[in-house]
Amino acid sequence: MINLKIDGKSVSVPAGSTVLEAARALNITIPTLCHLDLHDTKMVNKAASCRVCVVEVKGRRNLAPACATPVFEGMEVITNNIRVMEARRIVMELLISDHPKDCLSCRKAGNCELQDLSELLSLRGHSISGESVSTYKKDITPSLIRDMDKCIMCRRCETMCNEVQTVGALSGINRGFNAVVSSAFELPMDETVCTHCGQCVAVCPTGALTENDHSLKVYEALADPGKTVIVQTAPAVRVALGEAFGEEPGSIMTGKMVAALKHMGFDYVFDTNFSADLTIMEEGAELLDRLDKFLNHQDTKALPILTSCCPAWVNFIESQFPELIHIPSSAKSPQQMFGSIAKSYFAEKLGIDRKNLVVVSLMPCLAKKQEAHMEQYSVDGNQDVDLVITTREFANMIRQMNINIHELPDMEYDDPLGISTGAGMIFGSTGGVIEAAVRTAYELKTKHPLEKIEFEQLRGFEGVRLGHVDVDGFTLNIGIAHGLGNARSLLEEVRDGNPREIHAIEVMACPGGCIGGAGQPYHHGNSDILKARQKAIYEIDKNSKLRKSHENPAIIELYKTFLGEPLGERAHQLLHTHYYVKEKV
Amino acid sequence: MAKCATTDQFKELDEFIDALPTKKGELIRVLHHAQNTYGYLPKELQVHIAKKMGVSTAKVFGVVSFYSFFSMEPKGEYDISICLGTACYVRGADKIVQEFKNELGIEVGETTADGKFSLSALRCVGACGLAPVVLVNGKVYGRVTEAEVKGIVDEYRHKD
Ligand code: SF4
Ligand code: SF4
Ligand code: SF4
Ligand code: FES
Ligand code: FES
Repeated sequence: MINLKIDGKSVSVPAGSTVLEAARALNITIPTLCHLDLHDTKMVNKAASCRVCVVEVKGRRNLAPACATPVFEGMEVITNNIRVMEARRIVMELLISDHPKDCLSCRKAGNCELQDLSELLSLRGHSISGESVSTYKKDITPSLIRDMDKCIMCRRCETMCNEVQTVGALSGINRGFNAVVSSAFELPMDETVCTHCGQCVAVCPTGALTENDHSLKVYEALADPGKTVIVQTAPAVRVALGEAFGEEPGSIMTGKMVAALKHMGFDYVFDTNFSADLTIMEEGAELLDRLDKFLNHQDTKALPILTSCCPAWVNFIESQFPELIHIPSSAKSPQQMFGSIAKSYFAEKLGIDRKNLVVVSLMPCLAKKQEAHMEQYSVDGNQDVDLVITTREFANMIRQMNINIHELPDMEYDDPLGISTGAGMIFGSTGGVIEAAVRTAYELKTKHPLEKIEFEQLRGFEGVRLGHVDVDGFTLNIGIAHGLGNARSLLEEVRDGNPREIHAIEVMACPGGCIGGAGQPYHHGNSDILKARQKAIYEIDKNSKLRKSHENPAIIELYKTFLGEPLGERAHQLLHTHYYVKEKV
Repeated sequence: MAKCATTDQFKELDEFIDALPTKKGELIRVLHHAQNTYGYLPKELQVHIAKKMGVSTAKVFGVVSFYSFFSMEPKGEYDISICLGTACYVRGADKIVQEFKNELGIEVGETTADGKFSLSALRCVGACGLAPVVLVNGKVYGRVTEAEVKGIVDEYRHKD
């Protein structure tokens, strides 16, 4: 342990700690901007480029950045004298000297760390004023928008994309005032290896990276008397929404969320958990089919099978693992299964044309915005899922519409696409999809009810996990990864000979799974928040009456009256898709 | 240069890379070698280098765009480089640049349509006593004035 003093208070911290960490141990807040430490995702952005965190170290002439200065025995640090405060103010003034001043209409307003700091340091006039020349065109993709005039070069996005997600879509380019973070050859992000996971958006401190907001289009649809507007809500939204309204992380807001949506004027409020159950019917059937072929030695390459419900993950495999393109399940994601059933089965039920049915998704996710936009998910130019809003966008809509969510009575989902099981619910957490699949596959294969529904061996928060499940005397080895960097290491293992003989793999692109999706309320690196959301997911499952997808009565009815059999002809047409190798830079 | 990077196309560079004891931290060296070999660094070459070095193309492009030494455009037969180091800058190098731009009708980093001239900017070339300094294919011109620019260009314009 190293002993030092900060602002006159003594503290001992492990060797190798930074001054910033030591100060935290003393509850002394040093302002930071570029620094970001997501412990449990193992992401630390150490750019030390902004110098907002400077402190005085006794015996040193220059001020030192607290986030990058290691402690030493007997060190004395001052964080709060006039010299330090003046220096921070000048640093901030320089930073904002060429920054656009359109905070009033900036997408990040209210959530911008640059704005918060400028308020904290009482920057009023602009004593240093440079040109805020607009050098960069906005890059608008279906999922995210890059407005590089607002980039402060903290390089958090780059660390996230390259080191955590290992996608490598971003890099610092140019130098001096022209320096910015961009793609290879400054291509539009849509034409690069970007997976649209949105994790860069989740860490950007300013308005340089934001989501492509659909809320205004949702209002438009709601106001159109000629349209029937329905919404599906992803599992992870209900356990995070409360945070936007001051509730504890992990608060379960299902009933109030449904009520708020009804209040806004949606004609039907449905649940993505329903289509998650449907995904399990298809993916579970495919798993059993491929398992049979594998066990009969008909096709030794039938396994492993990979889950396909995360579109960022699918984008990743299409551009980075061409040699494994045949292993993901062909089942569409729950979002797209919902869209396809809504615009066929449900539109038929209502007796309306699919063009007059607007399907909105409420998602924790930015990748879903891009997925909804993909060509294969449209019929005659009409998308199966028309609009996608994130948890954050929805929270803003609730505020704009002056809805007091705390006072709303709990309400129930509508029939029939709102009926779901606990298995659909756990799709929101890492490990959940494969657990739901195993619950169903096990019972369909063995024809025995499960003794214990929970597969604890598949749960957890570690980046890469391995679990074993006995199915009828055969040990199914299951690999689970969350975060694309972890997914990459698991996939490389499978590609290079699969020494652990993994048979089934679940991957989610975001830390913790969809609970850590890039459209959720910002967690600013606090993984306790993610764990609280995860706990809530499993709690909802535990308290559900039905916990296996194949027992969902609305699903049984759907197959009986409309779809036929899982993997049958109609199911294939509506619920399955193809993957393509995509060479991208 | 062909669009698709065939295995042989960058053979000489591949051999250079394969001979390196380690690829780690050698990106800049490889890019230098590539530029010397092929004259410039077109996109296909950057994509190829990224694959070969096991880094992202974005990262390679980041390095190429950072150093003014690297060029993504083929250089002209005569490459005119103007020093923009502090001493040269103070003594009016920016005006010299402007004059060359006017004379040739191209921007810094570009090449004239006939492939004859290209224009680039350099950092201090270590001849500050002669500031402002201009180099044409390595030949040094010192204490260049705006009025001399046309003469320098003409000197090469009529050569073949
Ligand atoms: S969305 Fe994901 S893959 Fe795309 S640039 Fe951001 S972090 Fe990288
Ligand atoms: S885009 Fe955002 S996260 Fe990336 S460097 Fe710029 S300010 Fe930082
Ligand atoms: S893990 Fe979930 S939230 Fe993240 S990209 Fe995939 S589907 Fe979206
Ligand atoms: S927060 Fe320490 S240098 Fe930016
Ligand atoms: S600054 Fe031009 S030669 Fe030194």
